Amino acid sequence: MSTLLQVRDLVKTYGTGEAATRVLRGLTLDLEAGEMAALLGPSGSGKSTLLTILGTLMKPTTGSYVMLGQDMIAADDAALTNFRNLHIGFVFQFHNLLPDFTALENVIFPTAVREGRETPAARTRGRDLLVRMGLADRIDFPTAKLSGGQKQRVAVARALMNGPELVLADEPTGNLDRASAIQVMELIGQINREEGTTFLISTHDEKIASLCRRQVVVGDGVVTG
Amino acid sequence: MLYALKIATRYLTANKAQTALLVTGVAVGVFIFIFMSALIGGLAEFILSRTVGDLSHITIEAETEDPALLISPEGHVLVVAERGRTRTATLAEAATWLPLIQAVSGVRAVSPQIAGAGFLTRGAQVAQVSVTGMEPGRESAILDLDGYMVEGKVRLGSGLVVVGRALADDLNLSLGQTLRLQSSNGVTAALTLSGIFKTGNGAMDNARAFVSLSTARTLFAMPQGVTKIEIKLNDLNAADETALRIRALTGLDAVPWTEGAEQLMEALDAQAQTGYFLKTFALITIVIGVASALLLSTYRRRPEIGIMRAMGAGRGFVIFVFVAQGALIGLMGGVMGAALGYLALLPFPSRDAFRPGTLPMDITQGSYGLAITLTVIGAILASILPARSAARVDPVTAIGQ
Ligand SMILES: Nc1ncnc2c1ncn2[C@@H]1O[C@H](COP(=O)(O)OP(=O)(O)OP(=O)(O)O)[C@@H](O)[C@H]1O
Ligand SMILES: [Mg+2]
Repeated sequence: MSTLLQVRDLVKTYGTGEAATRVLRGLTLDLEAGEMAALLGPSGSGKSTLLTILGTLMKPTTGSYVMLGQDMIAADDAALTNFRNLHIGFVFQFHNLLPDFTALENVIFPTAVREGRETPAARTRGRDLLVRMGLADRIDFPTAKLSGGQKQRVAVARALMNGPELVLADEPTGNLDRASAIQVMELIGQINREEGTTFLISTHDEKIASLCRRQVVVGDGVVTG
Repeated sequence: MLYALKIATRYLTANKAQTALLVTGVAVGVFIFIFMSALIGGLAEFILSRTVGDLSHITIEAETEDPALLISPEGHVLVVAERGRTRTATLAEAATWLPLIQAVSGVRAVSPQIAGAGFLTRGAQVAQVSVTGMEPGRESAILDLDGYMVEGKVRLGSGLVVVGRALADDLNLSLGQTLRLQSSNGVTAALTLSGIFKTGNGAMDNARAFVSLSTARTLFAMPQGVTKIEIKLNDLNAADETALRIRALTGLDAVPWTEGAEQLMEALDAQAQTGYFLKTFALITIVIGVASALLLSTYRRRPEIGIMRAMGAGRGFVIFVFVAQGALIGLMGGVMGAALGYLALLPFPSRDAFRPGTLPMDITQGSYGLAITLTVIGAILASILPARSAARVDPVTAIGQ
């Protein structure tokens, strides 16, 4: 297995002066290509903060981050935007989909924004992904009318649209019932096995975490297990 | 950018009521803009046609030659003037200039005239009149004499005279009667009253007599040439340039009506300024309305903007989505307002049929294209601030896990 990403001595401090909160305190982590890892830790331990930094949506206060051989700290906003589009998929807990668009339109967004229009090829791939997510009958549904579990599966399909190496999921099953949560996790596991996409999934749920092959535990701003 | 346009369109259609309201607001602004344009333009047209409509737009008058002074070596003036020269100067070569002037673009009519003073007598009654000799067939070239006729015909022939209502009443004249007209040159002619006009202008109706050019030649002992050439233009606003062109072409002293009409021009200018002020106000209202609506929309869509940014949409893309919304709102509101403005102006009488008591709205001066263009530009400018604020949205806080 090759190394997908390496972070070294990540420090993240929110705020300054009196109000400064040091959330990450020298966190170091490697992810291999093809891994399926759960990110665990008590509330406030910095899981979301870590995922945000790995997703290049935020820069750490100090520390290094290299993904696919590229320095993610030195890159500028435009380069990171482009990098995210190609190499990183996201699944969030809330506010995941664009509400005024259909399931398919949401899924093909990462490709369309890159190509400047919605191509037939993109639509075909988007449909395939939705079918794989068990949403064959919801392809042209307005997302506002989907259930929570269906929304998260659309979000997973969208995260996979551009064939990224890494998918970061922040409590993707946080507000789903047990059955929907397991269904989403099984689909993720299937993609991971078949495509070799690396997943890092934060969760509070031991049962969900146990569906992952690796567990990364964060505590006191560092990886504890 | 086609894709950004799609997203912009979707955002606008997703909230139809709000968009409709916003577009209507813009349309009202555009409507006011167009209404003001038509009103100010129509008003100017109206005032001009009332004041200048019956005047010559460009006048070429013979330069009055100073009487020759014969000065003896001691400095005594021996002879002051020749009688014939003080009375009128002539445009001797008028006949050669006329076709040339007629050919200048924008010239609608040219009227060579011989003007002078005289006395009109009937029986024991005498009235002083200013006499204008005009070419038969061109009686209505400058002043719409035909339109003002109340009795008889305007057609001037040799031995015929046309006078104003007030003068006719003063002298107790009726059609077909014979009058005597004595010119300042001392020539007397017996003329038949062939028509009576009424313009509503006192000086005109009181003391003007129109005769044919040939009659005037006899009266004023002017076998050739004329004393002035009056020119009517298609567009009276073009008088200045056209006068310059005629001057360059003929070397004659062509004077546009605007000379000596400074007060009128100032008044019209002030009126136009008021119009600009109100139109600017309408545009500012549009800009503020669009800007605030879009700013609200960027705020409401912060999470979505965050998601798009996370998915790899650049700042430029986000900016375009919001600027396109502004442009679309401007375009829709502009077209709608222009259409409404046009429809609202339709019932008003056309510019040639303005009647006192109605607003002299001129539907042809609505500046529809300008209104739409300025509105689109304004709406785009209005969207820049919201668009920039949208592009600055931090995905992390916007997605707000
Ligand atoms: N923008 C911010 N400004 C200040 N403090 C912040 C900010 N974002 C997060 N924090 C703080 O950083 C700490 C870690 O937050 P983070 O969201 O990363 O934790 P988490 O492990 O994801 O927690 P949870 O399991 O509840 O989602 C928390 O104490 C939080 O209050
Ligand atoms: Mg969290």
